[in-house]
Amino acid sequence: MIKRSFFAVTAPRLQVDTVHTELPVPSQVAAPETITLLIKDQPVNGQALLVQPGDSVQAGQKIQLSTQSEAYAVATTSGTVTNIERFPGESGKHFTAVAITTSKDSLWDDSFAAYCRNPSLQGAIDHLQCLPGSPDFTIFQTDADNPIQTIVINAMDQDLLVISAQYVLNTFLSELKSGIQHLKTITGVENVVVAAPKEIIQGYGEIGATVISIDTGYPQGLPHLVAQRVIGKEIQAQIDLQNLGLAFLNVEAVVSLGRSVDTQEMVQTKLLTFIDKQGNRSLISAVVGTPIGDIFKHLGLSLNDQDRIIIGGPLNGFSTYSGTIPVRPDTDAIMVQDKDDITLVSDTACINCGDCVRICPARIPVNLLIRYLDAGEYEEAADNYDLYACIDCGLCSFVCVAKIPIYQSIKLAKYELERTTDGEAEDE
Amino acid sequence: MNNSKKLIVSHAPFIHIGSSIPQMSLHIIYAAIPAIVFGGILRFGASAIAVVSFSIATAMLWEIAFNLVSKKPISVSDGNAAVIGLVFAMLMPSTAPWWFVLTGTFIAVVVGKMIFGGIGSNPFNPVALAVAILAVSWGDYLDFDGMYRHFQLDFAATYPLANLKYFGMDAIKDIHLSDLLIGRQIGGIGAINGLCLILGGIYLMIRGFIRWEISISFLAGIFLSALLFNVIDPSRYAGPFFHLLSGYTLIAAFFLVPEDSSSPVNVIPMLIYGVVGGIMTILIRNIGAYVDGAILSILIINLLNPLLDKIRPKALGKVE
Repeated sequence: MIKRSFFAVTAPRLQVDTVHTELPVPSQVAAPETITLLIKDQPVNGQALLVQPGDSVQAGQKIQLSTQSEAYAVATTSGTVTNIERFPGESGKHFTAVAITTSKDSLWDDSFAAYCRNPSLQGAIDHLQCLPGSPDFTIFQTDADNPIQTIVINAMDQDLLVISAQYVLNTFLSELKSGIQHLKTITGVENVVVAAPKEIIQGYGEIGATVISIDTGYPQGLPHLVAQRVIGKEIQAQIDLQNLGLAFLNVEAVVSLGRSVDTQEMVQTKLLTFIDKQGNRSLISAVVGTPIGDIFKHLGLSLNDQDRIIIGGPLNGFSTYSGTIPVRPDTDAIMVQDKDDITLVSDTACINCGDCVRICPARIPVNLLIRYLDAGEYEEAADNYDLYACIDCGLCSFVCVAKIPIYQSIKLAKYELERTTDGEAEDE
Repeated sequence: MNNSKKLIVSHAPFIHIGSSIPQMSLHIIYAAIPAIVFGGILRFGASAIAVVSFSIATAMLWEIAFNLVSKKPISVSDGNAAVIGLVFAMLMPSTAPWWFVLTGTFIAVVVGKMIFGGIGSNPFNPVALAVAILAVSWGDYLDFDGMYRHFQLDFAATYPLANLKYFGMDAIKDIHLSDLLIGRQIGGIGAINGLCLILGGIYLMIRGFIRWEISISFLAGIFLSALLFNVIDPSRYAGPFFHLLSGYTLIAAFFLVPEDSSSPVNVIPMLIYGVVGGIMTILIRNIGAYVDGAILSILIINLLNPLLDKIRPKALGKVE
């Protein structure tokens, strides 16, 4: 798909695609018979749940598992809860999956109508966290010493081949405008910045925000590098952006908010880029909770043994083991790879060719770092070899001549270190 | 439906640029072939083919033998052993005896690379290490004047660098640079045709199989220091172009100095590494005891490599 160029004097430059011609029209996946919602909460065994199989739910209804946790999902269809089970997520995340069988008549919960009559930040936190685009309104709740000063709406696609954010930005300009207006009202933050791709930055007129143009070379659209553009200095990747007074929201989240408020009806469909085995792209619009197998069926696509399903883009997505995984509010892309196109990693040692060092946007000495990571010396790696400068772009593994899973080692090291720190904190 | 299928699950990223170690080795071999064909084989005939073949074969066999003894997977398919064998043969005279080549590839592959953990772990350039040890142990077999004394060639069969060392500037005044460029000189099988080496080097640099910063700075180091000596005393020291085209300079610049594992990867260290290598080569040639300084200077800069690579840019957003 993307291969080494013949001339390779400098590091390869990867371009996030910008579609100059007309964007494809999304094809609508029919409402599924069963939806699965993932809640980022795993109640302990034996604990009484607030939702039980057999309960009927209405579209737009908030589903919370326990009073101990704030995590919730919003039903995207009305129907009956049929199953609740633990669901292991990627990178050690724990979810609970709630399956809902859709009923014929569409009943709407009135909580969103109530929110529209009296919009507030707390209301958004309570009801709107699961809008397509997955806006996180809790970041506006930071302490008084360090308030959010700027809302950054990231309209950059987060990976190669993905065009979802571009489509949303180009198609829903007036909804974006009302979303921005609504955000300003509920958060009280007046300073709004839209980060848009350099190539398609024109004709936005008055949308109530400053538009900054971002280079489309990957990974310039990732939040940390966009934040760097906004505040004009380098930021270490481990620093939380809200501590710098920046609230990052995905462009689709703001558009969903604007559309919902405009139409007084909560948006339930997620827009995503589908990349098939040949690398062809199409835009798909599917109800949040649709099993991705339904999308394959809709596209008439069949899978073979040892193919790979990727949620997200080719460089920083994650692969999954089954077609029953649902579309989540933050699923921007789905990619399918044929088994013949899969490059397997190898256990060869680093040959010190320096390709990773040249391509690393965070200037990490990857060749030295990987030696410490291989030896399990995670603390040394963090202290002396800039483990925490990594912005998770995946380019090091992409270019590695020895096909070492460098990015995986880095993620593992961060995960292990976080676990140790958490463990120590609990011990005290 | 999809549940019955067994899918591949792995960590991101899911695409790869398509480069690989065998591909890299293969292209280094491609780049070396013209220098061997239009160098040693054209001048010295079939004996050069014998040395090259035997060297590659034994280098690969030594690696397989070490893999078997150390109970590790056979690693010879990455092509690195073949490259070591090939580059080693390029430095040899075509009359090198079989046991000399066999010992040399043993030192290069086993002592130079495998005992440190295989590809990527060697602190020294394996070929340079082997040639240095051979030169110390059986120096006569690397004395090109002696090794080629029975050859009937249509030019003076004397090693230019030895002429310069032992007989001074008078002895090299008849040697034209164009002769050095097209391989009308004696020397290592793959080291005498300057033009083919330069073309091979340019190929490797633009394809990104070697780091151009190292090769160019090595040549710049040679050029500048030789020029300085030449300007100070033209009656004793040869000019920079003579040094660039004679001895092991070009093969070192493109096939030895930029060897991945023993050289730095950051820009400033690469430049220092190359320039120091070039200067050391000329110092040894002009005022040291040895005829050619390239091999020893490579071992010296290999020692500097870990220190040099500490000079690196600050990581993103790091404050200190």
